[in-house]
Amino acid sequence: MIAAALEGEERSSLFRDRRPLLMLGLACLVVIVSLVAMSLGATGVPLSRVLGIITEQAAQPSGDALVILQVRLPRVMLGLLIGAALACSGALMQGLFRNPLADPGLVGVSAGAALAAAATIVVGDALLSPLIGPLPFTALPIGAFIGGLLTTFALYLVATRQGRTSIATMLLAGVAFGALSGALMGFLSYLSDDRQLRDLSFWSLGSLSGATWTKVAVATPLILPVLLVTPFLARGLNALALGEAEAFHLGVPVQRVKALAILLVAVAVGVSVACAGMIGFIGIVVPHVLRLSAGPDHRMLLPASSLLGAALLVAADTVARTIVAPAELPIGILTAIFGAPFFLWLLLRRQGGFSL
Amino acid sequence: MTVMIEAKNVTYQVGGRALIERIDLSIDSGALTIIVGPNGAGKSTLLRVLCGELAPTQGEVLFNHEPLRTIPAWRLAHRRAVMPQASELGFPFTAFEVASLGVEGIGQGLSRNDRQRMVIDALDQADVGHLARRNYQTLSGGERQRVHFARVLAQLAAGRTVEPRQVLFLDEPIASLDLKHQLALLNKAKSLAQGGLTVIAVLHDLQLAAEFGDGLVLLHSGRLVARGSADDVLSSNRLSEVFGVSLISPALPPNPWRLTA
Repeated sequence: MIAAALEGEERSSLFRDRRPLLMLGLACLVVIVSLVAMSLGATGVPLSRVLGIITEQAAQPSGDALVILQVRLPRVMLGLLIGAALACSGALMQGLFRNPLADPGLVGVSAGAALAAAATIVVGDALLSPLIGPLPFTALPIGAFIGGLLTTFALYLVATRQGRTSIATMLLAGVAFGALSGALMGFLSYLSDDRQLRDLSFWSLGSLSGATWTKVAVATPLILPVLLVTPFLARGLNALALGEAEAFHLGVPVQRVKALAILLVAVAVGVSVACAGMIGFIGIVVPHVLRLSAGPDHRMLLPASSLLGAALLVAADTVARTIVAPAELPIGILTAIFGAPFFLWLLLRRQGGFSL
Repeated sequence: MTVMIEAKNVTYQVGGRALIERIDLSIDSGALTIIVGPNGAGKSTLLRVLCGELAPTQGEVLFNHEPLRTIPAWRLAHRRAVMPQASELGFPFTAFEVASLGVEGIGQGLSRNDRQRMVIDALDQADVGHLARRNYQTLSGGERQRVHFARVLAQLAAGRTVEPRQVLFLDEPIASLDLKHQLALLNKAKSLAQGGLTVIAVLHDLQLAAEFGDGLVLLHSGRLVARGSADDVLSSNRLSEVFGVSLISPALPPNPWRLTA
């Protein structure tokens, strides 16, 4: 009888699958934002010229071609990669924690990566430079990446007993790790000289200004596989929303899903922090906006978060580098100014408490 | 009737304390078996061991003559469904989406339409078809429980395309249901059992257990105290011994209400 009530129009609205349309729209958004981002800046380059330069490459080497190809294109590409990585790992973490307020920053991955990078700047400079000369530029990203992985692994060890990960323990341990990293960071900045301090603070605010083709070449082979593998976790994360026992009842290999999700987040966030410092709130805002507009199904949420995150970070970066031109604002400041109130608003409008 | 599930000398310990101890139990297929006992008797633990969620510390469970621990999760999901006690959901899934989780990745040769039809059927059977589009988080406890009942019915329907011999586990399925839906759910479980499904439920209400159960299993302090028909298991001596209540009449009175759904 009720099946009858769901016939026809009613029924089709129940199952209307807006996924292809949404993905297409987001993909278009990514392209448009990227092109606009390349045309804006200290030297304006008209959109048509941007298109020409990108498509015809070295046809006529000129000043603006150099700006586009050597400065803005790698910056946009790095922004796309990191925005996608941050938003996607936010969605992953939230699915894993069954809590829409979880964020990679919360489990200490960002803090661990930040600490390792700070240690590389201060301690590495002091201890290693006398021996092997100035540290190569790549030392910082590598340090941050290793720090992120180590923190995640340590967290996993702390929170896992007999093959089961306790989400509550992991969140609380993440808070502890974050506090510890913060304290050690403070200690390091106390030790460091003026130049190191400037490096530290600028880097810990997060910025895409150091984008080079080298960084893009390092980040792409690490982040792209993460983005491509993540959608395969969608069904597992959907079932996990019911609880771990329920997901097991539904045939999901729960421990494997959790371990893979943690590894993917560690890689994505480690690489992002390494290349651009700490950029907060993308991982909270993007999945939430998508859940509001298209529902919580991870089959939609994970790929859509990657796309929207990419577009959002490039857009934010464009604002960051044009708003006070020729100087530029660290993008971490910008995302925090808009992200933190958004986060508070989320907290306030939640009915009931938190459940872990 | 053949044996569907067999527990052999099963013990489950946590931190050195046995929640269930040395339980031997065989459960026939095509019957509604109800586990009863006072709080903390180990009813839910036994259910979770029998469905494969918890691995026994000692002993072994055979599922259709196969050792349960050797059956991978995805195959098990085709053979049995488990309805939990009402659960929280962190994300705003609709009731339809929650029930759909039961058919995702389960079954063979099913088109998208087949799966959707199974979900709609299941929602109707659980009397929550009208809530299909509602946000699960805004539903009442009883409505949530019925949505989960729909989810497990859908899972069994999809799994049946691969595995005809199935088991349904119900952990206090009527705890937050009103009278009408309590009876409707138990009637449904009973008719599924008559259709060949093996149903194992944990219930608190002895009256309903006696009325609906084909067989009762009585637990006390982690031990199996009695099993058999309601008359055998729920003798007045046992009731006062196990539940600490005394009955006025020596035998269970005929059900004073005789409710029908």
